[in-house]
Amino acid sequence: MNFNVNHPLIFVMVAIIILVVIGQSVFFLIKAVKRAKEKGMDMSIIKKTISSSAIFTIAPAISILIGVVALSKSLGVALPWLRLSVIGSLSYESVAAERALEALGLSTGTTITLASAFVTVAWVMTLGILIGLILTPILTKKIQSGMKTLEKKDKRWRDIFQDAMFMGMISAFLGFVFCDITNLFISDQAFAKIAEKFAANNDGAILTRTASLIPVLVFFSSAVVMAILGILSKKTKARWLTDYALPISLVVGMALAIPFTMWLG
Amino acid sequence: MKKEKVQLSYLDSVHRDGKIWGFSILAIILLFPTILCLIFNVLPNFEALGKGLIAVLPMYWAVGLVEIFTYVPMLGAGGAYLSFVTGNISNLKLPCALDAMEKAGVKATTEEGEIISTISIAVSSIVTTIIIILGVILIVPLTPVLSSETLKPAFDQLIPALFGGLGVVFVAKNVKLAILPCALMLILFIAIPALNAGTVGIMVPVSVIFTIIVARIMYKKGII
Repeated sequence: MNFNVNHPLIFVMVAIIILVVIGQSVFFLIKAVKRAKEKGMDMSIIKKTISSSAIFTIAPAISILIGVVALSKSLGVALPWLRLSVIGSLSYESVAAERALEALGLSTGTTITLASAFVTVAWVMTLGILIGLILTPILTKKIQSGMKTLEKKDKRWRDIFQDAMFMGMISAFLGFVFCDITNLFISDQAFAKIAEKFAANNDGAILTRTASLIPVLVFFSSAVVMAILGILSKKTKARWLTDYALPISLVVGMALAIPFTMWLG
Repeated sequence: MKKEKVQLSYLDSVHRDGKIWGFSILAIILLFPTILCLIFNVLPNFEALGKGLIAVLPMYWAVGLVEIFTYVPMLGAGGAYLSFVTGNISNLKLPCALDAMEKAGVKATTEEGEIISTISIAVSSIVTTIIIILGVILIVPLTPVLSSETLKPAFDQLIPALFGGLGVVFVAKNVKLAILPCALMLILFIAIPALNAGTVGIMVPVSVIFTIIVARIMYKKGII
């Protein structure tokens, strides 16, 4: 069969896999809602969980879509569509695709014309993400029963343990937001090296010292919006403000990144 | 005669169904490149395949392994089975579930928490998949918008915008617990140039373990 990256058969296969993946989510959604009803949980909370999760997801999902568009230049639409809908996160998938293309002597800017090159990239991308798919069904129950033992021993410590895990994750991302801040203070030579590397990785884009402040400002803007919404919803008793506080602060933070980048980038 | 059926608990049934779905999806994911080879009647370029795998596997598999131990306890069982199939855990699924559990006032380790986290992650996965489907159908008219230089900074700053909002809630709730881990991560990320967007995934478990130790000491001393 004649190959091209957007061959209809590839789309059909990808569509089938994605249907199965949506099937899994629908299955677990129905199962959890049924159980919530059985337990007599407040259905208004369940409905709010559904609507606020859906709203919150829109902006991050669009950023994933941008990844599909970026990868589609060399790989066509179907393979990036699959890879970013199943497990994929843009940072991993683009690196996996780049490494595979490099090994083939190709670049991410040109469309693959050889079927063998395409299947090679597909295999590298598939095998790269396999570990989670293999180990999650094997290990999840064991890890969860570990947590259960903790629960039986000391309930208060269990709650603190849970908060500590979340706090640990949030701290790591806080550190990440500030990771380039030293660019403001280092010597000219040291900064020239970083800027050179940045240009090489970003089609010759120019890096400014102050660009390292952009994520910091976005982070604080979003935090301030969230705090204001929290205070407002307490004062005005407007529950919907709490329900949509995270998506609102996310979108405001992202929108402010545009003027911040014009100013500092 | 009364039918004797072993009554599975909700959680046990989640594990059973999670395994069935997990292994089935694993199988079809592996079938995809296999069928590609069959319909186009080609073999992969083994030399390039080997080189590509050597370049990505050690890092991806190590990170993948660490992610399972880090995120499964936070996601709950149903949430874990879904998240490790649909991906984007730290930048989408986990913040989504965290926010939902926080607002519902439930803890991940309780059955109510399990239910809320599963619902939130399932909805998030479905919405993500649908948005990508719409994007793929409309890719031609959407490409200029999605690759526009004006919007690029907004999507580049998704993670800071997300964690700013999420962070303020959790830090306000646990101020004492927040101080040491936030300080340590700030020092490490600022002082070590190798810590950046590419390595934040490795630092999450480091930070989680450190925070748990700090929490344990503070708890034993009666500070929290």
